[in-house]
Formats: sequence, structure tokens, C-alpha cells
Amino acid sequence: MLKVEEQTPVVFSSELLAKFDEVKSRYPADKSKSALLPLLHLVQAEFLWVPTSAMDKVAEYLNIQPIEVYEVATFYTMYFLKPQGKYALEVCRTGPCCLVGAEKILSHLENKLGVKEGEVTADGLFSFRGVECLAACGFGPVLQISPEYTFYENLTEASVDKLIEDLKNKS
Amino acid sequence: MSRKLLLEHINVPGINTLEVYRQKGGYRAVEKALKTLTPEEIVEEVKKSGLRGRGGAGFPTGMKWSFLAKPEGVARYLVCNADESEPGTFKDRYLMTYIPHALIEGMIVSSFALGAKVSYIYVRGEMMPQIRILEKAIAEAKAAGWLGKNILGTGYDLELYVQPGGGAYICGEETALLESLEGKRGNPRIKPPFPAIAGLYGCPTVVNNVESIAAVVPIINDGGDEYAKIGIGRSTGTKLISASGNLVKPGVYEIELGLPVEEFIYSDEYCGGIANGKRLKATVAGGSSVPILPANLTLKYANGEPRLMSYESLSEGGFATGTMMGSGGFIAFDEDQCIVRNTWNFARFYHHESCGQCSPCREGTGWMEKVLQKIEHGHGKMEDVDLLWDIQRKIEGNTICPLGDAAAWPVASAIRHFRDEFEWHIKEPVKSQSQNYGIANYATPIEKAPVTEEK
Repeated sequence: MLKVEEQTPVVFSSELLAKFDEVKSRYPADKSKSALLPLLHLVQAEFLWVPTSAMDKVAEYLNIQPIEVYEVATFYTMYFLKPQGKYALEVCRTGPCCLVGAEKILSHLENKLGVKEGEVTADGLFSFRGVECLAACGFGPVLQISPEYTFYENLTEASVDKLIEDLKNKS
Repeated sequence: MSRKLLLEHINVPGINTLEVYRQKGGYRAVEKALKTLTPEEIVEEVKKSGLRGRGGAGFPTGMKWSFLAKPEGVARYLVCNADESEPGTFKDRYLMTYIPHALIEGMIVSSFALGAKVSYIYVRGEMMPQIRILEKAIAEAKAAGWLGKNILGTGYDLELYVQPGGGAYICGEETALLESLEGKRGNPRIKPPFPAIAGLYGCPTVVNNVESIAAVVPIINDGGDEYAKIGIGRSTGTKLISASGNLVKPGVYEIELGLPVEEFIYSDEYCGGIANGKRLKATVAGGSSVPILPANLTLKYANGEPRLMSYESLSEGGFATGTMMGSGGFIAFDEDQCIVRNTWNFARFYHHESCGQCSPCREGTGWMEKVLQKIEHGHGKMEDVDLLWDIQRKIEGNTICPLGDAAAWPVASAIRHFRDEFEWHIKEPVKSQSQNYGIANYATPIEKAPVTEEK
């Protein structure tokens, strides 16, 4: 994975551009803007967030104005517009998960990681935030980890501890 | 034991693969539809089945299909709405995870019926694992000749693609979904024109929920009349119910419509009762947007007759004493749960998810969230309850899409049925003051409110 800073021009690899081409082929030739959301996901999977310079390059690729990319990237919640931890943990904080203890999990994560919601740990490994319904209400509390969106259900404080340790050991 | 049409083979090892799905009779509906039926005959079977849209609105699917415009030389599209994100609803995720080919088979039959040559499954972006599962299943189906050019030698061509969303609940609204699929912000369109006339890229389009499309498979296999024999009244067939909250066995259940609500909650075949031996306080029967009902009105009508899991029975009494089937997202609240806190939580959700296009929704949802948070944290005034009622009335019916109604109904119904609890929070600010877990906005009251409704 590349690490890029806000103003650093990004480089799209030939592999990434090949994926872009495959996605673009799914739509009528004159409707390639439809590829915008999937392309932004690909960019985020590559760089772990979506820098402005990458949005500009996506606009160029799709032959649309940069503002058309910005307005989409800022409307949807999944696109990170600033760097996150290598493991960005997202805990569902909506009604059904809260009925079975989601707030405690969020609180526990804050204590465990020693950072506030939205911040990144000093080692760059973790960030976390509460998100709205993840559509797994019967198996709550739940969390997911981008960019793969691996999913963890029926969380307890102990299972969160184990998850954090496993991720640390993996890095 | 309820008859299962969609989840019959859910526990068969490998049912997510084409091979095992075929062994269990999969893709018979494609063979039958493409080789022996005309598109018009398929639409007629779906009409006869009485199938109603399983995404929440409950509009007859066959009728929706029959509205599709068919101008010469213009592409038509089928778009599957898999942007499942209504709090309490997780049935589509379950279906796509474990039996992806059921959706793909339904997409092929439905696309053929509608004359679509290219179809899309719009999956909410957070469901990346499900997107990967579907893409793998599509590749399997294509390699086996069920998709692509000249399917089964019938001359019918179909390409099927999965489109990831970007994390916006509003994209579950069909016109917002189409905007998103066109690479734009998910702002709902003004209707008319309806998608059946001008949908994706301005072409005639049908948008159907995952479960609705999967249900087309048994309808074609067994015939619309057989499907219509299941269920009760105009609520035909089976329905996936996603059960969550304080239940012994939360999860996804397939029921025959007409099952008594009491049986669904308390029988061992389904939810097994309320967890930890507690009493039921309230339910949300069809996803967070439908009115909350106290336990007594969940189980019985106002006249004391048992309430059933069907579109008509759940809405019996209107919003005064009833609710809606919605998406089948069934949330149970035990006696310890705080209705004010939950209403605040839902209000926060709708504020967060409002696209901001219509002022009543953009401003009203945020206002409701703030007032509810104030009450929940023990800082409310008695007039705030009437203020909340007033705000929700000004949102309902005054927006382009139904998100405004969806935000208003939980607040209205909570005040209607649990006004005492709102007033208790205001009168007893010390008792109801939130115990903060250390994170702003995540809190729960120290003491539970008096239970006003019990079984």
C-alpha cells in the first residue's frame, strides 16, 4: 500500500487502471460516469483514503469535471477524505445494535486505543468511528474494518480486545 | 412448521455454489421461463401470485412490471435494490450471503420478462463481502451459460453487473438509487415520471428489492396460483423477517404470511421469546421507519383479536393502534429499554441520512434529534413534547421522497403511545439523566422509566 499525503500527487498503477477499464465496460459507452462510485472504492482500497489529487485523476479518466467527483465523494459516507488508520474500525451505533450494547463497545474501543472517535493512533494502525446501520441487526453489536470490510458480529469487550491484538500481531 | 420457499436449503453445505444450488433444483426457473414461457406469461404468473414488493412499500410486483414502457429501439433495465440499510432489516444481506444464486436466478427470469439486456444489482457499499460473493456467483453462472450471449440457445442475451453504493441510506429510495447508479449524489427525483417510463439513463426501468426478485423463482417453478395459496388474504406467499433486539433467538426467519405475531415472538420455532426472562415492552414490526407499537397492541388489535404477520393485519387500526409490515425488520424492546433514547437514536439516524434536498427533512430531522437528545439527557421542558409533535407533522408528506415520513413516524408513534415516558424524563431529570459511557452522544439512562405497557 502506498502512503500519500494530502498534496502528494498520486500515481495510478497500470493494474489499477486495468481495473478502472473493466468497471467502465459495464456501462453504455456514453454513460461512463456510472463508474464513479466503484472507481472511488478502488482508489480508497489502494491508498486507504481518497486524496483530492486522486479525485482529480479520476475526473480526468472519466472525462468529467473535478467538481462532479468532489460532490459525490463528499455526499457518501464511505469515502475517507482524510487519512485513517491502516485498520479503520466502524462500529454500528444505530438502534438495534444499541439495544444489545453498541455504546459500550464504542466506549471500550476509545479506552483501548487511547484515541477519540475519528482520530488515528500514534502508530498509524487504528482509527475508529460510529456509523449508522450496518444491516446486521440480529447479530449486534457489529463492526467492520475497511478497506476489505471484514465483518465481526456479536461483539463483546473481550472479543474486541482479541481482535485488536490479532491485528497488531498481523502488522 | 412454515413452508420455506427461499430458505429451504439454507443449511445445505455449499448451497452458495452453483453446483450444489443446481443439485437442489436451482436454475429450473430459468430453463422453464426462457424455453417455455413468453415474457408476457411470466408477468401474468407474477400478477397471479399476488407478490407484493418486499422492500417495504408492498406494491404489487406484477402490476409494477406491467407499467414498464416498451418503446421500440430503447433499452430497458432491471435494477435490483440491494441497498439494504433500514435499521432492523438484514434479510437481503442474509439471502445474498448464503444463497446468492437465488437472486441471480431471479434476476435472469425477471430480466427476460422485462426485456432487459443489461441488469444491475445495486448493493450498499458496506456489503463488500456480499459484493464479492455475488460477483463470484455471477462468474460461475456465466461460465455455465446461464448468463451472457444466447442463454440456453434461446437467443436471449443478458449481462448482469454488481454496483457498489457509497454508504447512503437514501439510495434505497428507487430514484435516488438510479441517480447514484448514474454516478451522482443520491438525491431522489421528483415523480412523475416514474422509473417505468424514465428510469436509468432516462430509459424504462424496474427497480425491485432482492427478496422480491428471489421470490420470482418459486413463482415460476410452481406457478403463480400455487404461490397465492400460501399466506392470508392479499398478503400472499412467504416473507423473510429479520428479527433483532431483546429476543432469545434473533435472526432471519421465513414465515408464511398470516402467522400470529405472538407465535413469531414466543415460539421456539422462531424468536423463542424475550431474552433474559424479561417482558416485552414494545416492537417495531417493519424496520425503523414504521410506527412503534406497545406490547399489547403488537400482540392484539385494540378489540383484543390476535394480530397476524401480514400487511393488512399489522396496519389494522391505522397509525392510531397499528403499524406496517414494511421491510419485515422486526425489533423487540424489553421492559428495560428507554423509548425516548431509542427515538432519539432513530432521529439521529434520519438526520444523518437525510440527503438535504428538501428543507422540511433537512432542517426538521436535525431539530427533532436535538430536542430528543435534550429530553433524553434530562434537560427537556414539558412543551418540548408538543414541539416534537409539531415538527414531525411539518415533515410528514412535505418532502420529495418518503424519508421525511420515515423520520416523522417513529417520533409521532413514540409520543402517541409513550407520552408518559417522555414526560417522566422531563419531570425526573435526575433519575433519567444519562449515564455517559465516556463518549459524547453515547449514553443510557441510569434508571428505567416506569413500564406503562405490558403483556
